[in-house]
Amino acid sequence: MTNHWIDIGNSDAILIIGSNVAETHPIAFKWIAAAQDRGATVIHVDPRFTRTSAKADIHCALRPGTDIAFMGGLIRFAIEENLVNREYVAAYTNGPYLVHPGFGFKDGLFSGFDEANRRYDRTTWAFQRGPDGQPLADPALQHPHCVFQHLRRHYARYTPDMVAAVTGVPRETFLKVARLFCATGAPGKAGTILYAMGTTHHTVGSQNVRCHTILQLLLGNMGLAGGGINALRGHANVQGSTDFGLLYGSLPGYLALPRQQDHPTLASYLEKETPKGGFGVNNPKFFISLLKAWWGDKAVKDNDFCYDYLPKVSGDCSYPAMFEAMLAGKLKGLIVIGQNPAISGANVGMERKALGELDWLVVRDLFPTETASFWNAPGVDPTAIKTEVFLTPASTYLEKDGSVTNSGRWIQWRYRVTEPLGAARSDGWFINNLVLRLKRLYVGSLQGKDRPVLDLHWGYGEDRPDVDRIAREVNGYYWVDRKQVRNFTALKDDGSTACGNWIMSGFYFEENRAKARKVELEGIGAHLGWAYAWPLNRRILYNRASARPTGEPWDPDRIVMRWDPVAGRWVGNDIPDFRADLAPSAPGGQNPFIMRPDGKGALFAPLAEGPFPEHYEPFESPVSNLLSKVQRNPLVRLKVADWNTLGDAKQFPIVATTYRLAEHHHATTRYLTWLVEMMPNMFVEIGRELAEEKGIKNGEVCTVVSARGQIRAVACVTDRLKPYTLDGRTVHQVGLPWHWGFIGISRGDSANLLTPHVGDANTQIPEFKAFLCDIRRGG
Amino acid sequence: MAEMAILIDVSRCTACRACQVACKEWNQLPGEATTFAGSYQNPPELSATTWTLVQFRESADGNGLQWRFRKAQCMHCTDAICHAVCPNDAVTKYPEGNVVINPERCQGCLRCVESCPFQVPQLNPATKKTAKCRGCVDRVMNGLPPACVKTCTSGALRYGLRARLLREARARRDRHFPSGVVYGEREMGGLHVLYLLPDRPALYGLPEGLAGSAVLGATLARVTRFALSPRGWPRK
Repeated sequence: MTNHWIDIGNSDAILIIGSNVAETHPIAFKWIAAAQDRGATVIHVDPRFTRTSAKADIHCALRPGTDIAFMGGLIRFAIEENLVNREYVAAYTNGPYLVHPGFGFKDGLFSGFDEANRRYDRTTWAFQRGPDGQPLADPALQHPHCVFQHLRRHYARYTPDMVAAVTGVPRETFLKVARLFCATGAPGKAGTILYAMGTTHHTVGSQNVRCHTILQLLLGNMGLAGGGINALRGHANVQGSTDFGLLYGSLPGYLALPRQQDHPTLASYLEKETPKGGFGVNNPKFFISLLKAWWGDKAVKDNDFCYDYLPKVSGDCSYPAMFEAMLAGKLKGLIVIGQNPAISGANVGMERKALGELDWLVVRDLFPTETASFWNAPGVDPTAIKTEVFLTPASTYLEKDGSVTNSGRWIQWRYRVTEPLGAARSDGWFINNLVLRLKRLYVGSLQGKDRPVLDLHWGYGEDRPDVDRIAREVNGYYWVDRKQVRNFTALKDDGSTACGNWIMSGFYFEENRAKARKVELEGIGAHLGWAYAWPLNRRILYNRASARPTGEPWDPDRIVMRWDPVAGRWVGNDIPDFRADLAPSAPGGQNPFIMRPDGKGALFAPLAEGPFPEHYEPFESPVSNLLSKVQRNPLVRLKVADWNTLGDAKQFPIVATTYRLAEHHHATTRYLTWLVEMMPNMFVEIGRELAEEKGIKNGEVCTVVSARGQIRAVACVTDRLKPYTLDGRTVHQVGLPWHWGFIGISRGDSANLLTPHVGDANTQIPEFKAFLCDIRRGG
Repeated sequence: MAEMAILIDVSRCTACRACQVACKEWNQLPGEATTFAGSYQNPPELSATTWTLVQFRESADGNGLQWRFRKAQCMHCTDAICHAVCPNDAVTKYPEGNVVINPERCQGCLRCVESCPFQVPQLNPATKKTAKCRGCVDRVMNGLPPACVKTCTSGALRYGLRARLLREARARRDRHFPSGVVYGEREMGGLHVLYLLPDRPALYGLPEGLAGSAVLGATLARVTRFALSPRGWPRK
């Protein structure tokens, strides 16, 4: 989130797209309701009418996988109806910058497409620069080569009629939504976008999010109270896990993971990963402090701070690629902590098969999971499985101390209330003991390859690790006296400081502020004394943009920051997300987006598929792309194999999407009788029209088939799912919750037996949310 | 002792059903062996082991598609018929408003089951006794809100002085729901579970017309019928 949960209550218009917040984040709905009480409009864009839609002012049924067409329509509407905050765009975004004259877009592709290698040469995706190296700009946003005009031309095709034909959203509904949300482009108004996996689980997932960026920048909604782009993370600590490098391409604090090809040496790493401008110029301080935290006394300047100890990845190390390698027998062992890929992965038939190619598998969980029992799945002969499986009992969140970081980046401390039952141990205990035992096993080794383990600076005590010591390391400290640093501005690139995760630095200087519990009595709900938000306790990112270029707030009633000319500093209800004494008129004084090298919000930002999002159909789609001849994301490579065939619309004419329910948490809650009684069986939601066509009655068992597999599910026939009318054609859809699996007290077929193993071109996140199937009566 | 009440603001209810679980947890009621029969509502009805239930009502008529949620439970009536018809004095009415069945005294005669206008009390076939929501009498007498109210995250459930909740419900109705109804003010002599409904009670499965003297007449008729029935009043 750029903003935070409570701040949703400040909004004038809430666009929920790709999230079923009422069911998946029930507590969040309190803040949406608070905004509604103040008069805010809540718009829910979702294929299904859900519990969120029931509480929204407008529900807008969008065909799965057509977010870009819909959002592109909103972008066009904002520009053509002149609802853009032009002062904001001119001052705070790269909208005025002039793009390379060779840049263009034609027939569904941007300039520079290399057909043979299916990738782009990005030479023309660049700005024209003056002799000083600065981009040439037209603050009037009129120059035909400026980003804003490129943007206008790019989305000119996304007319309301086109939106209706592609997405299935009726023209009038679209226009109603467009008018309501784009009205927040007026100064003093704030609109927020809430999204989740419905946005990201697509082969164009990253570009879906990019649409949100573009629209929010055009409307001047970034940096404002009640504005922003807010990813609703799936668990209490999903934000914390990605902050700590759980994504396959990053180290803690979103520092780049070294790649063999690009970063063979420390010098090459620092050179490539240190931008010329923006806050990223400090990356070497954060990176070397991280190496110092990991290898301590051994990490010195002469040995490049043990840079060589860091594994360097080569090739694709994403989640789908990992399972491909496993299936091919290239991966020997796997430790699974708090995950259940045997039901949660895409195309789980393949993933279960891949687990059988491992030598060993360790699963840590509260209950036996399908992953730990994959060898006993329906249709599997246990005697044919050679994998040795270790199931080790984990402890629950009530049985361990530590912090969790919520979607709003708030680091909040939790206390253990009871000891774990029986042999259950915390994940921290497991990792601490694993490392300590590994170190003992390597004692005496003279081999260079064992040095990274032997030299690892690891001092958290025996048995259960001392979480206070871990927290201090995360904050960072001076190596010489182990005193904690005030925050990341004190970190150095000379080995004199150590820091486990620079973005969190500052939360534990003199006291552990994750434990702070002071409630704000008046203000904008920032609650600066409650917990600690990274970075530096800032609650609303890019909050320089909450004020006009001159420093006066856009909205005097919801001040985030304002320039106080007498005091010569920024004051307000938040911590400035920029230098507090930087006057609006000073150089860089109008650069709110400090993590960008130029400080400007990126309307134009190259991702794999191009600098502007373009609609492509899902890999399995019932229709042809109406916006261009390019049917699918041209940068995505489908792994073709007998286990990963694509279905065509003749055989599988129905669009399917998957989702979670309020009553279950992944698969683990299928062990709890009180939750199972509410949602006892795997079911499939079917619109009334489709049910009539297929002769399926409410409550009877039916079969859903895709090119990957087939499942049984109870029919839930409902008016909440409607067929789409696309360019005169009727297309049906079904919805499938994915919680079920073959063990637990409530058992059922896994929806992911049907989903395709194909991922986004930037992140490799699989396309769970839009694929093709067919459905028939009976099991 | 002042009269207390639970206010159920259905406009704020997202049907997360945490209340349903909290009720089972506090009262140590077992999960029922249900099956998915085509609706999110499950268990399908209130029972002796399900004392509160979020009901889901889907309707596609009139003002577009509506999915209405209502938490059903004992209403803790002032004129509690269960109390009036019980031959064993098994039903206690507390000054705070709670209407509680004492399982020690209940003989499972079904009179309360048959006469409740909200179909709340249900027989437990295993124990042959009737059971229903007790308004968490054990909690509220010790200064705690009922378990369902305690767990509600959306602000749909509140517990407090009945008069104050009525006032607040009316104010919210006037501000946000011009055609809304505050249900429970006069029904059955006044309920201790109040609803703020954005629309007509019947759309939420609530009986209308329980506020007048006809109700009292019907109640008396029921009581009389039971008194004169062949089973008669069981004697101790």
